Amino acid sequence: MSFSSSTASGARRPGDALAAPSLRASVALIAGREITSRVRSKSFLISTAILLLFVVAGIVGSHLFSSSLGDTRVAAVGAAAELLDYAPGLEIESSTSAEAAERLVRDGDVEAAVVPLQDAEPGAPAFEVIALSDAPGALVQALSIAPDVRLLDPSPVDQGIGFIVAFAFGIIFFTAAITFGGTVAQSVVEEKQTRIVEILLTAVPAKALLAGKVIGSSVLALGQILLIAVAAGLSLMLTGQDVLLADLGPAAVWFLGFFAIGFVLLAAMFAASAALVSRLEDVGTVIQPVTWLVMLPYFLIIFFNDNEAVLTVMSYVPFSSPVGMPVRIFLEQAQWWEPLVALVLLAATAVVIVQLGARMYRNSLLRTGARVRLAEALRG
Amino acid sequence: MLEIRGATKRFGDRTVLDDVTFGVGAGRLTGFVGGNGAGKTTTMRILLGVLDADAGEVLVDGRPITADDRRGFGYMPEERGLYPKMRVHEQLVYLARLRGMRNADASDAADDLIDRLELSERRDEPIEKLSLGNQQRAQIAAALVHDPSVLVLDEPFSGLDPMAVETVLGVLAERAARGVPVLFSSHQLDLVERLCDDVVVISEGRIRAAGTRDELRSRGAGRQWELQVGDDAGWVRSLPEVAVIEFDGDYVLFEADPAAAQSVLRLASERGAVERFAPRRPTLTEIFREVVQ
Repeated sequence: MSFSSSTASGARRPGDALAAPSLRASVALIAGREITSRVRSKSFLISTAILLLFVVAGIVGSHLFSSSLGDTRVAAVGAAAELLDYAPGLEIESSTSAEAAERLVRDGDVEAAVVPLQDAEPGAPAFEVIALSDAPGALVQALSIAPDVRLLDPSPVDQGIGFIVAFAFGIIFFTAAITFGGTVAQSVVEEKQTRIVEILLTAVPAKALLAGKVIGSSVLALGQILLIAVAAGLSLMLTGQDVLLADLGPAAVWFLGFFAIGFVLLAAMFAASAALVSRLEDVGTVIQPVTWLVMLPYFLIIFFNDNEAVLTVMSYVPFSSPVGMPVRIFLEQAQWWEPLVALVLLAATAVVIVQLGARMYRNSLLRTGARVRLAEALRG
Repeated sequence: MLEIRGATKRFGDRTVLDDVTFGVGAGRLTGFVGGNGAGKTTTMRILLGVLDADAGEVLVDGRPITADDRRGFGYMPEERGLYPKMRVHEQLVYLARLRGMRNADASDAADDLIDRLELSERRDEPIEKLSLGNQQRAQIAAALVHDPSVLVLDEPFSGLDPMAVETVLGVLAERAARGVPVLFSSHQLDLVERLCDDVVVISEGRIRAAGTRDELRSRGAGRQWELQVGDDAGWVRSLPEVAVIEFDGDYVLFEADPAAAQSVLRLASERGAVERFAPRRPTLTEIFREVVQ
């Protein structure tokens, strides 16, 4: 029904077309706007594409790099070829004679050659390695007798991989929280600065506005992380690193769960802090404390990823648990119930903080001009 | 009918509204005039619930206002702003839906208003790309899109060119004709005088005058008179009990009580033809000047 037709019919009174929208409908509408306006922005699309490219290129690139390193070409004569058959990282080329093998080394066709020694004494090495300037480590290692090693406290995961995974979780959490938290903050202040918030608040309650923003940005943030996860999973599979993928899977799923709740918590804090100011120029300063809170787990994980005590504490503290707990799960340090406890702790904190944030938001939203003091914003 | 009763608001030690009481009748275009800082915007913000009064109440049809009532209001805040990156039509639909309109109705209503306010060519452009005048039209459309039951507009005509003023006037008058109470503030007193059914004058947070435009204008009448004669009217200046305010050949504007004015008329008709004699009704500007002092 349009205005003109309703005027002509004369039967309808102004305001008749309005049915009281439910809180849920309002929140959905607001969240929808947050999402579409973000997805439509070029900068968002470009940064997401770049991020995905980094992830894929990182995984594929490092795989290519490491496999090209591993293939040391070695010429082998006679029995030496059989000996080296199962040695990892070596590409064996059979050669007919010691002279031919030496020529291959001189020509640079192979990095080294292994030839049997004709007059080897019993107990001494029966082979000789021929190389130009230095012998490849992988080859020497393959020909050496390694002592038996008995580890009293074996680490199930390679230390280097452990660091990379911890770093990856840390940086994904950090960048997503900063990017999307910053978006929430900007969107809050944009509404204050343009004063459209005065119009909005005559239509919907402040809590609908806050909930819509937090949910909208959480959906975006989770969506982006999900995309990263899928891209990373596909890259690992395509490069044949299924083993790592299987190890990473459970940790990644927990990470998504922790992130979902952790981000709601942070988004509410970003929104509430941003509501204290009225101009976009002031957003940076006012969200600084929240930004630090986001950066803290990132730095802690980089410095303490091999310190089990710190990691255990981190995995329970609500602001760092979204990074700490998945890392411990990956390192197989966590009992099955530990992530559940940490998740409940995180959710409980989120409920409290979101309520405080909603109060700050409501109290500050219509106050323009000078920055609203925290104590005033929190007043009930 | 929208009423505000006994509204008082203090910011710190400063009382910005002091016992503000007036009503906006159904179907009445009500002009809200006052100088800068007189309390217009504060009053409007209280009406919309964007600001809480320290005392007093807002009534709709005689009962206390609810959030549901306010959802049906159309409001144009003093400081303009819509989402800069949202397109005109999209933005109007969003605002209408937030107030509970169905998507299809909202879309039709937005198109209708875009058409009426001559924004058709800008329908799908982001607000930030529009000229200031067109942004202002979009802002007015945002206040009207959900077919509001009450309209409260803070300075709706500022920044509009004369043609746009007429367009917007037409739209507002149409809404009033359908029974919507319309309250708008303006600095342009001539506009208020020409357009409004009712006028409310506020100064330093107090209502100085409120009533129909004609009532207000006739309130100041009865003291000043205009006389236009066939020849020179200079003789009026020498009469006792008469204070000439303006004299121009055959025209004289003077102040006198009604009896003295009648004797001036008698003298004039004895001297020759009287082309015009009438009590002069003061303009709104003059009333405004008088009541706020």
